[in-house]
Amino acid sequence: MLSDGDLMVDIIASSARVMAGFIFAAIVGIPVGIAMGTFYSMDSLLGGFVRTARYMPIAAFVPLIIIWAGIDEASKVLIIFFGIVFYNATMIADAVKFIPNETLNVAYTLGATRRDVLARVILPATLPNILDTLRVNIAGAWNFLVLSELIAAQNGLGFTIVRSQRYLQTDKAMFCILIICVIGLLTDFAFKLVFQLCLPWAESKVS
Amino acid sequence: MQTTFPTTLPQRIATTAAKLEIRNIVKVFNSSKQPKLAVDHVSLELAPNEFSCIVGPSGCGKSTLLSIAAGLIKATSGQILVDGIPVPGPGADRGMVFQHYTLFPWLSVANNVAFGLKLKKMPKAEQKAQVAHYLEIVGLSGSANAYPKELSGGMKQRVAIARALANEPEVLLMDEPFGALDSQTKEQLQSFFHDLWEKTHITVLMITHDVEEAIFLSQRVYVMDRSGKMRETVDIGLPQRRELDMKLTPEFLAYKKAIIHMLR
Repeated sequence: MLSDGDLMVDIIASSARVMAGFIFAAIVGIPVGIAMGTFYSMDSLLGGFVRTARYMPIAAFVPLIIIWAGIDEASKVLIIFFGIVFYNATMIADAVKFIPNETLNVAYTLGATRRDVLARVILPATLPNILDTLRVNIAGAWNFLVLSELIAAQNGLGFTIVRSQRYLQTDKAMFCILIICVIGLLTDFAFKLVFQLCLPWAESKVS
Repeated sequence: MQTTFPTTLPQRIATTAAKLEIRNIVKVFNSSKQPKLAVDHVSLELAPNEFSCIVGPSGCGKSTLLSIAAGLIKATSGQILVDGIPVPGPGADRGMVFQHYTLFPWLSVANNVAFGLKLKKMPKAEQKAQVAHYLEIVGLSGSANAYPKELSGGMKQRVAIARALANEPEVLLMDEPFGALDSQTKEQLQSFFHDLWEKTHITVLMITHDVEEAIFLSQRVYVMDRSGKMRETVDIGLPQRRELDMKLTPEFLAYKKAIIHMLR
């Protein structure tokens, strides 16, 4: 099966979907989370929606997303995006709120303005939590990938798993699941490495 | 035409003499079911180069008062004046050293000390000299490139003091800066900080619940009680130059006894 060219195509297609959904969810989730954590007004404005949306069953939206976004790549990326973006935002907002008051206050007594505090204290202080959040939520992204590929896909690991079921090829399905696990482990390791290289001053709260 | 000059002039002269003036501060917290009076009409003046401590039981509002002086909490009424001028919010003129979470963990020791200087946009070369100077003063030149997590508790507090001093504030406010340290490190730092004050003669207002520490370091000790009122002011008539052994002298112990009785 490894020599089979289709498998490589599946891996690349699925990884690309996960990366796209994950990156969009990061681009939107990180600033929204920081804004919610920093500004009371932003938390009042977005907090209720974001926290509620986290409980929204994305699986139930799959048929609707296909109606709205078609059966192309866009719908798959959207499913992954909506699956994790709300988690990104709430987890990062909480991380900002957990910055000790003293840390912020000491900056003010050194002459910092609110803007300085945001750029020079809140952002660097939450950076480790942002990386930890992304590291936890990329696992979620793979879950939603399989979900998105169960319906209307021509390739991908999730798609191959469903097709294997149809022909009772449980070994093939298991193998695809295993591949997802291995990719997950590798990304996790990559995150760990980035953390240690970029943030030598911090300690990760995720083991 | 009558001018208001004569009535305001004496007042202005009186206030410009003080480096920091806490004028009639009241703080009421409304968060709980019934409003809580945390600070009840407290006034005090800190002369230039004076080192004073506020002691009081926990929950007496002393930390709240210091935060108000720093501009970090808004007072219900009253004013904070630096060199006779009311200050509305926090600023670099009132440096502060806290008990916990004092350093920015993502910055090296040198960059922690340079934090305020960068905000002031001081030229790089000057920054470097200033940082080196103050690290030298606190005896941590060798740790300039270390991250805070590599330092002991006492070293962290010394960096925090260097960072506050490097900014050259008018007044240094300290909120139980040695409270989280073990007793030996604490005594070392008290002695270190006394020497530092002897050298720099910066104006300091410090909060502590350690009566010995207050007497050892300051010229004047303010005693607050549980109701948020300033109860007594004790001028410490000990010699300027102080050694740790002084804590065992009869005069020192007499001050200690008197203040402990006030706190009861």
